[in-house]
Amino acid sequence: MSSADTNRGWYKRNEIAITPWLFLLPAMLFFAVYVIIPIGQSFWISFHQWDGLGDKTWVGTANYERLLGIGDQNVDRKFEVSFWNNLRWLVLYLLAIPAGLFIALFLNQTVFGIRLYKSLFFFPFVISQVVVGLVFSWFYLPNDGLFDVITGWFGIDVSGGVLGNPNTATYGIIAAGLWPQTAYCMILYLTGLNAVDPEQVEAARLDGAKGRKMLWYVILPQLKPATFIAFVVTIIGALRSFDLISVMTNGGPFGSTRVLSFYMFEESLSEFGFRMGYGAAIAVVLFFIMLGFIVYFLWSMYQDEKGAR
Amino acid sequence: MFPTPIEKRPRSAQITYQAFLPFALILWLLPLLAVALFSIKPDADFTNGNYWGVPSSFEAFTNYGKVFFESNMPRYLLNSLLITIPTVIGAVALSCMAGFALGVYKFKGNLLIFFIFIAGNFVPFQILMVPVRDLTVSMNLYDTKLGLVLFHVAFQTGFCTLFMRNFIRALPFPLIEAARVEGVAEWRIFLYVVLPLMKPALAALAVLIFTFIWNDYFWAVVLTQGPDAQPVTAGITEFNSQFRAAYHLMSAGSIVAALPPVAMFFLMQKHFIAGLTLGAVK
Repeated sequence: MSSADTNRGWYKRNEIAITPWLFLLPAMLFFAVYVIIPIGQSFWISFHQWDGLGDKTWVGTANYERLLGIGDQNVDRKFEVSFWNNLRWLVLYLLAIPAGLFIALFLNQTVFGIRLYKSLFFFPFVISQVVVGLVFSWFYLPNDGLFDVITGWFGIDVSGGVLGNPNTATYGIIAAGLWPQTAYCMILYLTGLNAVDPEQVEAARLDGAKGRKMLWYVILPQLKPATFIAFVVTIIGALRSFDLISVMTNGGPFGSTRVLSFYMFEESLSEFGFRMGYGAAIAVVLFFIMLGFIVYFLWSMYQDEKGAR
Repeated sequence: MFPTPIEKRPRSAQITYQAFLPFALILWLLPLLAVALFSIKPDADFTNGNYWGVPSSFEAFTNYGKVFFESNMPRYLLNSLLITIPTVIGAVALSCMAGFALGVYKFKGNLLIFFIFIAGNFVPFQILMVPVRDLTVSMNLYDTKLGLVLFHVAFQTGFCTLFMRNFIRALPFPLIEAARVEGVAEWRIFLYVVLPLMKPALAALAVLIFTFIWNDYFWAVVLTQGPDAQPVTAGITEFNSQFRAAYHLMSAGSIVAALPPVAMFFLMQKHFIAGLTLGAVK
């Protein structure tokens, strides 16, 4: 200790001020190079026409005009389909939250073997989306798939199979996505239910609260942190839907299952040529949709931070 | 406890519940059970239209043997490991340090940097795709494992930093102050005071990132293209075109590809769940 006191160099004197920056440096460097700067670059590229190899040609807002149909052109049909599919994903994906809560309530008991049941119910989330996609595409096989066999008993027949029919394909994929997502929400609620204050529940019970009323007025308010995280991960999951679509239908039939993330990939890296500029413009639109949610998430977290101080 | 513990209900309700549990589980896992059934069937069952019936013979060894000895599957699995493990180490190391800086020190811009890490983590992949691919190509890392690892480390650092910082914040701060009074250097405080207390967070993040990276498909498709570097999620599509319509082999391949994160989950369940809930729901 004494030697540190005698030769206090410049670093020693400023240690508390400098150390955090030294510790932050590697993470910030990586994050800047691979995440922050690329966001700016994508904006820049979206104002160009570019095949990814040669020179970029500045085209101003032409990509956006073509995308949104500004001026004397029609809105890009594929973009329109993708956008509406994104909305379907967003709305229907949120069903994972109540479904997860329902299963969590069902499993929140202490009978023999319940721990194993909980893990097995959570199982789908651990599996890669690619495998989930494959599994469900076999589940939906026309005629031979289990889905068609079961619906056949009730006399329902989806022509061309669920994934072959443009009217049902997107819903089929969303259902596949809901499977792991529900498992995720379930685990969030199970941990949340563990933390529910038993005294409050007993007090409410003495006041005669039970069933749905108890759930709504006593339990759900205490599950708010779990609900918030479930909401965040579900929204992000819905807007990131790429793997399932790519594996199950590859955008078809007739392009009916495209979403923005898939369409962007298709434009930028498809066999029909690399239209990076147009792809970047689609990515920017998707980014702005996401930004609305990101701002809301950050704002909520900021409120928590202020409360903690 | 909510709902009312089943032990306080009538005996009949208890029995119904106990009986219904396995039934509900089978229903929930039906798609998976179907694949498991596919993977032990002989080829002939599919040509005869016997998709869902009892297998006419038990062929698990032949099917899984084919996956391991007559395809590129082992290679893809190895690639996945060689991508996943360095990413886990890299992302956890970077975020430990960043989390320490953001959780312990008060300085201007602390909260701003923290929020940039969180925000970057929510961004859609597609807005990064073109520039990241370009960068990887220009560093001569396209179609290499290293190219994928570098990107994954950078991107996962966002989430990991969020997690680490919140974890370090919850540690008893007087411990650090006491060490300072003793004159311990700051980096030693990190190494000998904070790091040993972070073991649960390290474990939680390691399993979680392992699963995320193992299951990544998008970046595997964007940054790699052949069996030299592709992880198993991307490789399985090639595997499936090799065995087109051979459902028994495709199912066996899928199960093999899905297994490592599943094993990880069952071995480290507690840590895994702590990680998923961001430590926010305790």
